[in-house]
Amino acid sequence: MNKLEHTDKDVVVTVNGKPRSENVPVRMTLADFLRHQLGLTGTHVGCEHGVCGACTVLVDGKAVRSCLMLAVQANSADVTTLEGLALDGEELTPLQQAFKDHHALQCGFCTGGMLMTLTEVLEDSPDPTEAEIRIAISGNLCRCTGYQGIVDAALAAAKILRDERRP
Amino acid sequence: MKPPPFQYFDPTTIDEATGLLGRYDNAKLLAGGQSLMPMLNMRFIFPDQLIDLNRIPDLTGIRRSGETIEIGAMTRQRELERSALVGEKLPILVEGLQQVGHIQTRNRGTIGGSLTHLDPAAELVSLAMLYDAQISIQGANGDRKLPFSEFVLGYMTPAIGFDEIVTGIGFEAWPASHGFGFCEFSRRHGDFAIVSASALLTLEGGAVARASFVLGGVDAVPLKMPEVESTLIGQQPGEVLYQAVAEQCRQIDAMEDSLIPADYRQHLAGVMGRRALEAAVARCRDGDLGTHE
Amino acid sequence: MSAEASKIGKPMERLEDDALLLGLSRFVDDIDLPNMVEAAFVRSPHAHARVNGIETSAAADFEGVIAVLCLDDIRQLLTSDKLAVGLPSPAYRQKVDRPILADTEVTYVGEPVAVVLAISRGVAEDAAQLVDVAYEPLAAVADCRDALQAGSVTAHTSLPDNLVARFNMNFGDVDRVFNAAPHVLSESFWQHRGGSHSMECRGGVAVHDLQEDLLTFWSSTQTPLVAKEMLCNLLDRSADSVRVVAPDVGGGFGPKLVFYQEDIVLAVAALLTKRPVKWIEDRREHFVATTQERDQYWNVEVAANADGIILGVRGDLIHDHGAYTARGVNIPYGSSLSVILPYNIEAYALDIKLALTNKVPVTPVRGAGQPQGAFVIERLLDRVAEKCGLDRAEVRRRNLVRADQMPCEKPLKLRGGTTVKLDSGDYHKTLELALEKAGWDQFPDRQRAALSQGRYIGQGVATYVEGTGRGPFESVKVRVDPTGQINVYSGAAAMGQSTKSMLAQLVADQLGGDLKSINVTTGDSSKIEFGFGGFNSRQTVMAGSSAHAAAVKVREKATRLAAALFDVTHDQLEWNDGIISVSGSSNRTLSLGEAASNLKGLPGYSLPAGLAPGLEFTEEIVIDDMAYSYGAAVANVEIDIGTGEAKVTDFVIAHDCGRIINPMIVDGQVLGGVVHGISNTLFEKMGYDENAQPVTTNYGEYLLVTAAELPRIQIIHCETPSPLNELGVKGVGESGVIPCAPAIVSAIEDALSPFDVRVSQTPVSPIDIVGMIAEGRTAP
Repeated sequence: MNKLEHTDKDVVVTVNGKPRSENVPVRMTLADFLRHQLGLTGTHVGCEHGVCGACTVLVDGKAVRSCLMLAVQANSADVTTLEGLALDGEELTPLQQAFKDHHALQCGFCTGGMLMTLTEVLEDSPDPTEAEIRIAISGNLCRCTGYQGIVDAALAAAKILRDERRP
Repeated sequence: MKPPPFQYFDPTTIDEATGLLGRYDNAKLLAGGQSLMPMLNMRFIFPDQLIDLNRIPDLTGIRRSGETIEIGAMTRQRELERSALVGEKLPILVEGLQQVGHIQTRNRGTIGGSLTHLDPAAELVSLAMLYDAQISIQGANGDRKLPFSEFVLGYMTPAIGFDEIVTGIGFEAWPASHGFGFCEFSRRHGDFAIVSASALLTLEGGAVARASFVLGGVDAVPLKMPEVESTLIGQQPGEVLYQAVAEQCRQIDAMEDSLIPADYRQHLAGVMGRRALEAAVARCRDGDLGTHE
Repeated sequence: MSAEASKIGKPMERLEDDALLLGLSRFVDDIDLPNMVEAAFVRSPHAHARVNGIETSAAADFEGVIAVLCLDDIRQLLTSDKLAVGLPSPAYRQKVDRPILADTEVTYVGEPVAVVLAISRGVAEDAAQLVDVAYEPLAAVADCRDALQAGSVTAHTSLPDNLVARFNMNFGDVDRVFNAAPHVLSESFWQHRGGSHSMECRGGVAVHDLQEDLLTFWSSTQTPLVAKEMLCNLLDRSADSVRVVAPDVGGGFGPKLVFYQEDIVLAVAALLTKRPVKWIEDRREHFVATTQERDQYWNVEVAANADGIILGVRGDLIHDHGAYTARGVNIPYGSSLSVILPYNIEAYALDIKLALTNKVPVTPVRGAGQPQGAFVIERLLDRVAEKCGLDRAEVRRRNLVRADQMPCEKPLKLRGGTTVKLDSGDYHKTLELALEKAGWDQFPDRQRAALSQGRYIGQGVATYVEGTGRGPFESVKVRVDPTGQINVYSGAAAMGQSTKSMLAQLVADQLGGDLKSINVTTGDSSKIEFGFGGFNSRQTVMAGSSAHAAAVKVREKATRLAAALFDVTHDQLEWNDGIISVSGSSNRTLSLGEAASNLKGLPGYSLPAGLAPGLEFTEEIVIDDMAYSYGAAVANVEIDIGTGEAKVTDFVIAHDCGRIINPMIVDGQVLGGVVHGISNTLFEKMGYDENAQPVTTNYGEYLLVTAAELPRIQIIHCETPSPLNELGVKGVGESGVIPCAPAIVSAIEDALSPFDVRVSQTPVSPIDIVGMIAEGRTAP
């Protein structure tokens, strides 16, 4: 196969606060870029057709399916992955701690995606109802937990965050 | 499931984009990616070039021009869903958008992408038909506009030339008193509609003065139903009218596929059609009489 | 010696969570080795075809491709070209083992034919399109009932027919019972369950270290020790020269217990290319190439007396086995057993036929056949209740095995030959608790009120018994290092069900200390000799019992050492958080680390108290009988009769899995199982057309339930210890699935009773419901 032009590209992507300059094949998805080129394996690939949500990351603060974005599309963007949630990569956020407290993860494969979706959701809706949470995570599939622990964790974390914000 | 190889371009102007389309005969436009990327990942399509529209600022934005809301083709569905202007002037759009996939889908998905892809079960496609939205197109040979009803040529086939792109969509708002109803049946939240029904209407003196009615998901293209609209005009909303409309909806020629039989779609058309109509009536403020009960 | 508070029964934080929450976990696709190549498999697009030749040169010449392998390229490294994995059974009439790569015939869509190894998966897929296989399509058999008709197309051209296995289960005098019974009712059921759909697909990384001559295989598997044995046998390698490791596994649910063609091909590829080889299954492959459960067709009759007592059940079952044997006859075996487990039934006769079809092989998915058996008996009980004018809960009360009958022997055997014996339980208690919590008796009023508003709501009840703790054993080694580090090793396999935490909690209960400080290694064949892995809800019972036994021995030995060192008796010693001290003395203490150090010994010095060296024990507690968890569930549904959509609005499950080690984890297992069951009943259907072509191969077509379709599920815990193991535990991983379909289907019928609808199938779709309403008599 001939080596064509415009089949790889230099990009600068800010990932978890750090600018990364990389050369990427243009057909590489953002998910594969994060996982294999940057070694950030907290984002998982579950279906590659935009339904399971395991690959969800934040791009410019918005939850997106990284299997449906090309890495080159993240040029100049601000990407947050699971690894970027905890403070200094160590101290769990209230949402992550709530996941532990409410047994919201079992195998953990869907967890990164769930956390990224919920991070945006709780930013937008500080006081969600259970029904709203369930709809908000309907784009994230889980086969282990039955979702109930995740919903409980989200509601608990929402309360903690609201209390934190209270003057 | 990795995409096949392609060349990638990310133009920053509309002219650049149409120029690229003109140069390559097996190129695909990349908008929100929510339909295209799964097809690429599953190797259902093999474009030689991908032309990314996400870096063209002229393609985004929501503007009001009189009673028309002009929306840039690359405007994200999530932005539309949360726009106060859209909520005020085109409330049925918000209702429909809340059914489009999930938050992640709408954060990237665009209105132009959805309409050009023209999936007959897509919520925005039905709603564009409902309003007969004005589609603005730009190509190597200049600009043109055409109503959505003419934009839809056939199953997932828009009336767009190989070197043209949809740049914007204009929705003419209905009067503030209008009633609207969007009813969709899908198996789970966010799934494509198996069947959807959308209705806009106004009431005057207790009778329907103006109506627009579309069934989605039943056929290769969204079905505007002038026969339902004529049945409605001049009539008092009530059980007799709802049953008549439901029956007309049930009579449509519905498509069949390996998962959903035609007669179920017909049945659903009747059910959803009625519900959309009832919802629209409930929301309607009568031009003469106030809110209809 | 005084006892400190037990850790068992407490909701302790999981060991697994921090790594998973921080992105520090390692699933198989997270493993990237230098010089690694990636594989893409060429798979049959035909359900049945002859393979007349495979042309690989174009693919092999493709830039970035390292090699393209077919069966002929790898035969010389293999002791067999087929995977012989079937659990033994006299029921088999034909032996159909999977070829490692296709030879002269392919018999299901997705069957692996060749493998392309390249510098990236994308390039491997590019080249895979260039592999030219000369297929000659043949007629395919899609329906397992058609498969058993005389003159049917055979799934394999070399075989005379499609009856791969046949057996029956019977006891009592069925003919006499049926001839004398006041009521005989018959019904036919279609039951379909789908695939695993763990969020992580399958995958493996194989690497051969030339220096050590060690073949290491990381595999997303439930059975790493079995995989190791398979690799040793197929490659004729010594046990020390193969290591299989299950890294973090993103869900298993059954199909990952199977050893697959791809697994051995990867190992061979690593040996041939002398490079690490990775293959990650993508979701479309999961639909066609990973085993699944599928269809069962039942024709059954129930004999009952006027009081609603079930006297006998008889009938036949046809089970879709798929194209090859990848496990055994265990699913229909479990189905057949499950019919009679919870209830006193004096006569039973079921004829079971397993049919070959041109579809991917069928092996257990969470529940492993038990949901299907439960469905049959629970639906029959509803019919008997109706016939006898009894409340559906009452008919169950009258027929359930009673607490005073425990342990209750059934006149049937498990596959290994041991008699089926329900070990302990109070089935009536869980039934009453579930009914009470769900408001069973008050529901008819609610239903009438709803109907007057044009709403259709219904309730259904089902009991279940789950066979857990499949023996014979699972090894666990507990070792204390001189540093004080407690290490636990087991061939048990974790796939999300908190195996590590469970083992740590049991060991910490004996040895004290913080759970987090215990180092647990599961699923590494280099760390433990014998074992089987995770399936059949067995690991708490089997590995838990061994972990407990080993920890008890460690504790006893350390205590004996302390007694010898301090010259006191055992009852003068106290344990606190891993420190042994003489009661009342603050300076006569011995930590576990000091004990271990002591027991290392010194050259020329005797070991204290005549003790053997080291502070480590490996235990393999052997238990052949199964421990039976049980319970009852009540489901409420509301049906939109316009669209046919059925929504589960409430779900209560009262369950008993013996002694609970960690209630938080048990809740999670029950919830996960229930949601899987709801998904099976209302959403999941693996569709095939009449040519055995899969028609649902993505998540738009095959529906997994999401959070938005579910109610809150309420769980009531009961604990009746099992007498079969010292801990008194039973398994729980599959319990939640079993009662769902019958409870929900019963509720659907109840909701649609104005239309006199009969539901004899699971799953049930809105299209089905609309059709059923149209066919039934209309409401007055």
